[in-house]
Amino acid sequence: MPLGDEEIKELHKKSWQIRKMIVEITFTAGGGHIGGSLSQTDVLVALYYKYLNIDPKRPDWKDRDRMILSKGHGGLGWAAILGDKGYFDREQLKDFNKTGSPFGMHLDRLKVPGCDASTGSLGHGLAIGVGLALGAKKMGKSWRTYVMMGDGELCEGSVWEASIIAAHHGLDNLTGLVDRNKLMIDGPTEDITTLEPIEEKFNIFGWETIRIDGHDFAQIGDAIEKAQETKGKPTVIICDTIKGKGVDFMENEFRWHYGGLDSDLRDKALESIDRYYSGILA
Amino acid sequence: MAEGMTWTVEDGDRLTQAEIYGDVLSQLGEKYTDIIAMTADLAKSTKIGRFEKKFPDRFINVGIAENSMFGIAAGLALAGLRPVVSTFAVFTSLRSAEQVRTDICYQNLNVKIIATHAGISFGQAGTTHHCTEDIAVMRSFANMTVIVPADGIETGNAVVASMEWPGPVYIRIGRGFEPPAYKNKDYGFEIGKAVKMRDGTDLTIIACGVGVLQAMRAAEVLEKQGLSVRVINMHTVKPIDRDVIIEAVKETRRIITVEEHNIVGGLGSAVAEVIIESGKACAFKKLGIPDIYAIVGYPEDLYHYYKIDADGIAEAASELMGKEIEEDEDWEDET
Ligand SMILES: Cc1ncc(C[n+]2csc(CCOP(=O)(O)OP(=O)(O)O)c2C)c(N)n1
Ligand SMILES: [Mg+2]
Repeated sequence: MPLGDEEIKELHKKSWQIRKMIVEITFTAGGGHIGGSLSQTDVLVALYYKYLNIDPKRPDWKDRDRMILSKGHGGLGWAAILGDKGYFDREQLKDFNKTGSPFGMHLDRLKVPGCDASTGSLGHGLAIGVGLALGAKKMGKSWRTYVMMGDGELCEGSVWEASIIAAHHGLDNLTGLVDRNKLMIDGPTEDITTLEPIEEKFNIFGWETIRIDGHDFAQIGDAIEKAQETKGKPTVIICDTIKGKGVDFMENEFRWHYGGLDSDLRDKALESIDRYYSGILA
Repeated sequence: MAEGMTWTVEDGDRLTQAEIYGDVLSQLGEKYTDIIAMTADLAKSTKIGRFEKKFPDRFINVGIAENSMFGIAAGLALAGLRPVVSTFAVFTSLRSAEQVRTDICYQNLNVKIIATHAGISFGQAGTTHHCTEDIAVMRSFANMTVIVPADGIETGNAVVASMEWPGPVYIRIGRGFEPPAYKNKDYGFEIGKAVKMRDGTDLTIIACGVGVLQAMRAAEVLEKQGLSVRVINMHTVKPIDRDVIIEAVKETRRIITVEEHNIVGGLGSAVAEVIIESGKACAFKKLGIPDIYAIVGYPEDLYHYYKIDADGIAEAASELMGKEIEEDEDWEDET
């Protein structure tokens, strides 16, 4: 069922809050992968606040849906959501990246409740997701597995090995998500290594593909539902996004892949986010 | 060092190892016109991007595809070029281990690798970005030379020397702004020849990488306690300088190794192999990451936590001094 206007409004409000948390954590941590954390936010918010079958009180619940952030450097933004969902005390995020903290830049399954796989080395998550999805099939379980990848991450050959295998096994319980923000660290993806046409590539590898605006909740919702309904093959949702989304001076700037904020810049970033949301929620 | 080859950097003590390496490589680009520099979306982080600025046509950024990058480096070397490849240590030595071993080392190709963010120098990033296994992995590859420079100046020396050294070379550096161990570059750096940083007769500390400066500081503390401590900078872990180790066994009878690496398989293991084969008794202690995945944190904090800073080394030294060593051949009392 398509998302209603009221639901979409609530999701925007959630993203608003998460984006501000991302800015705060980047500030207190002395730096962070803020650009990619902001680009992935709306898709993750839709999953966590609407679609994932999870229970933060029981992070080890066997029948939960599984979520893998294969672009593990988005851990900062993911942690904001997991904290808000109540997987752990949000206050802990004040120590993000500090010595002895459970939170490294890349989340660790053994230390962070809600994190289903330790990632950070790009190109690993999809194969782990294939294993989870294949395992569910073998055990006759109905939970779904979601894997979010970076677009730059698609350079890794291991992504394509895993996608061939996923299609071969008809893993319709697996949904891939690509945060297509068009940037990696050193610049625009298409300047460094051409990735397009991404849909055709996945199509030829045997996947159902959907391409959407990754900041439009109606489109995000429709795509996730369509993926759930697709039978006999895995689906990948290519989400066109903007790196740094919501913070005007970071948007589409690859130098904001990783950065630090002093209190001045933090305030500017928070103001920019507020402006953005007062615009779309007006 | 290569005959007639010099390099200069301004403000050397304010630059990171990687920055000095990026600058030195750019200078080498003039002399070695066959250098082709490569990275996998880490031009800025590894500083190999400084070479790109000067020689854009002799630079290849393959995107985030390390395995293919090392294979392509092998192909470029086979074609007659001199690839210099940089990415993080963890991706070089673990993700792409087989490409490095089979495509580069097995075929004994002229590929120079500068692996950055090694050890726990990227401490806040967590285990996926720590690399406390690479010395072990890389020194087990036949034909590979493994260098762990003590600081930025030594990194510059190592990069220059590697150009005239045959076959594949792995140069392992960190990320941070650790203070330098050397004041100037003219101390006679030679691949395979350890540097005696200070002499002593009671105990020898053999260190590599950031451990060298910490060992020097520990030696100063220990000296105040009346101990005469020798410090060896074993910048080349392979081929290792056996003579220096045997001499230390003979003359000091007590050895501590210090490395930003798992205590399994790294410098400590390499030194232990030499000691054991010498057949001489020696009190011995390896300092490093104790066969676990390190916690998250700032590198300086982690060096302290894992006792590979001056305090930790001094503490281990005091313990080792109290240890008895058997110099006789009588093993009856052991059983
Ligand atoms: C195997 C591997 N190689 C390199 C890196 C270093 N790295 C971290 S993020 C990144 C760029 C990722 O770009 P992209 O996948 O597009 O992510 P996003 O734009 O969403 O941040 C790189 C190269 C890594 N984490 N893993
Ligand atoms: Mg990207």
